[in-house]
This record gives sequence, structure tokens and C-alpha cells, in this order.
Amino acid sequence: MCLAVPMKVIEIEDNEAVVELGGLKKKINLGLLEKMDVGDYVIVHAGFAIQKLDEKEAEKTLVLVREMVEKL
Amino acid sequence: MKYIDEYRDVGLIQKLVEKIHHMLQDYPKELVLMEVCGTHTMAIFRSGVQKLLPKNIRLLSGPGCPVCVTPNHYLDKAIAYARRDDAIITTFGDMMRVPGSSSSLEKEKSKDGDIRVVYSVMDALKIAKENPDKKVIFLGVGFETTAPTLAVTIKMAKEKNIQNFFVFSGHRLIPPAMEALVSAQELHIDGFICPGHVSTIIGSRPYEFIAAEYNISCVVTGFEPLDIVQAIFMLAQEIVEKRPPKVQIQYSRSVKEEGNLRALGLMGEVLKITDSQWRGIGDIPESGLRIEDAFSSFDAEANIEAEVEETKENKGCICGSVLRGIKTPLDCKLFRKECTPENPIGACMVSSEGTCAAYFKYQD
Repeated sequence: MCLAVPMKVIEIEDNEAVVELGGLKKKINLGLLEKMDVGDYVIVHAGFAIQKLDEKEAEKTLVLVREMVEKL
Repeated sequence: MKYIDEYRDVGLIQKLVEKIHHMLQDYPKELVLMEVCGTHTMAIFRSGVQKLLPKNIRLLSGPGCPVCVTPNHYLDKAIAYARRDDAIITTFGDMMRVPGSSSSLEKEKSKDGDIRVVYSVMDALKIAKENPDKKVIFLGVGFETTAPTLAVTIKMAKEKNIQNFFVFSGHRLIPPAMEALVSAQELHIDGFICPGHVSTIIGSRPYEFIAAEYNISCVVTGFEPLDIVQAIFMLAQEIVEKRPPKVQIQYSRSVKEEGNLRALGLMGEVLKITDSQWRGIGDIPESGLRIEDAFSSFDAEANIEAEVEETKENKGCICGSVLRGIKTPLDCKLFRKECTPENPIGACMVSSEGTCAAYFKYQD
């Protein structure tokens, strides 16, 4: 029940946003986040964005994994 | 799909698995890692990660399935509310088939109980708005991931003066349950795969006492196969190389050390910490959430009477021991016989995240 997925913000109106994942669109509540822009990715759980996805960190994780497999 | 597919890169996962094999080939002991969260349990089984790992890594499922740890008396009270003519029960779908002492929400629905499955607590508030002559009760079952969504919705109900919306709070907190498990000393755990979405809200700091006081390494982990394998690599490295246990964040694209401060602020305003009973574990101090006094008009228990039957436990079910990590479903006499997903005896077989459901679906 703690399932959440990254979705792209395509529209913002007041405290709600339309988000999209693989063609599926959904209206969600933004009340748990400070500031959001169209084009941002958010982590969506039970109709709410619970965090803005940190795109730099997302890339850093992959860089780190590549380093792990190339070392030794 | 961006931010999903990259973390399902089979080639990269295989190379990382090889590194884990290499690291553990001369390790003389078994490495016991617990995934606390039910969503991780499902992700591990679905992706087959477990089958790729060295034989001396054992993954244990923990108590992080909210439906599974909800005790029978909560279900019985929810069922009692459902029997009121003036009530509409709203709930996440996972709760429908969980057996209480003598009934379930699904059975009550078939007897004309007005019980509606919702995707979000906001949907429950909408139902309340549309049905002003009914008491609309949301079954608040979940962990820290879901609790802030409840807080936002209760605040909105207050602002919009919606007086027929109520929450029956059964929310629970993960770090106190982890402490209850390790302090009971029933099992040895070398490392915790900590829940990524609970931690998106609470951050990584609430686990620091586990590393410091219980010497157990913790990695806050995402839910894609690469996330899980990387977390296992990080835990194995720390343990095999005998580094001092600490809390690391693998799922840094979603989790900050401090968590989501806005969400934590809202939780603190609307909900308060209370003692709570967990199926299988018992009473854990300060491990639950109830509604703050300032919002008590939305508290189902404070405002709505219910005739609750005497609590009975499901005979022969070892769900409690499974939730504590001391037994697996394969130790249960009912598993795959009397107890199946079509005819579940215990909560761990009902929930899509339950350990018994995962074993039933994926374990040969």
C-alpha cells in the first residue's frame, strides 16, 4: 500500500495537477509539495504528489551503479 | 517510461549481481537482510531478484504491510460501522477481503452494507460532499506514506465545513515496529532494506538509532529491481567489510535526509502519536497515529457509536510469526491448503503485499 510511481506534471491548476505516465493521465493533489512546475516529475501515491523527483540524483544513482560494476 | 525503465536495465542488474556474488564468495556466514516494506516484498518476488542472489544471502519479509498488521478488533469495528444504516464506509481495496472475527467488509457489502473502494482519501471526502445525509467513514489504514494525505484531507474538510466526513484511524509508524522486532531478539538481522516511500515522508534520520544502538546497517531503497540489487550490494559491502553500521540512502531521487518537511508539518498539525497494537507483534508504544483534539469532530471513534463483537483470532493462522520474520508461509499448515488467495484465512494471504500472497504467487 506504499506503492508510488514517478509521473510527469503536464498541467497545474491551483492545488491540483494533471500528471502523465505512459499515456495514462490522472488528476492529483499537490498539497504536500512546496512548488511545482509543468515538466517536473513527481512521485505519486494515492492521488497525491508526495515528493518532487530529484532528476540530478536519479542520474547520480545510475552513475554510481556503473562505477560499482566497473570497479574490482 | 522515464525514471522507471532505466532502473530495470537487465544487463546492469546482472553485472551488479555478479559483483555481489564475488563479494560474498568467501564470506563464511549467512547474510540476513530484512525488507521491511510489503511493496518491497512484492517487488522482490515479482522481479525474481531473490533467485539471482548468492545462497548465503537470506531475505526476510518484515511487518510493512498495513493491512496485514491491522488487528482483528479494528476490522470488527469497521464491520460494525458498516452495519449502521446511516453510514457509508470508504476504504482502500486491500481491506475488503480481510477476515475479521466472523465477517469481512466484502461479506457486509454483499448484505447491502454501503462500502465503497476508493483510490484516494480525497475520493472519500467527495463522497461525503455528495451524501450529506450519511456519515462517510474512511478507514485510515496505512503508514507514514499515506498519513499526510489524510492530514491534508481532514484540513480541507474543516475548511469546507464538511461535517459528515470521518476517519477511523488505524495508521501506524514504521521505525517503532522495527525497534520492536530487533529489541525482541527473536531473530538475527544484519541489515534492513528500509522502505522508500515511508522514508520519502520521514527521511532517513529516524533509522539512525537502529544503526547506532542495534548495530544494524540500513539502506533506504527504491522499488525497481536495480534499486533493490544496489541496496543489497551496499548492505553486503558494509557488512562484509565490517564498516561501522550506518544509514545510507539508495533511493536519493525521492528521499532526503530530512524527509518531506511540509508533509511532516501537516501530519504534526492534524495527527498525534499514540500507542498501537500490531497483529503478531502486540502493543508497541508510540507506534500509531490518531486525530488531534483540534480536529476531533472528524474522528469516527470519538463521534460514532458501534456495537463491536468480541474479538476472535483465526485458528491455526501463523500470520503473526510471519510478520515478525521468525516463520515463513512454508511453515504454515494452512498455506496452499485451506488458505489461498481465493479463500484467505489470514490477512497476509489477502493483501496483495502480504508475504503469504507473494509466496503463493511466486514461490515454487
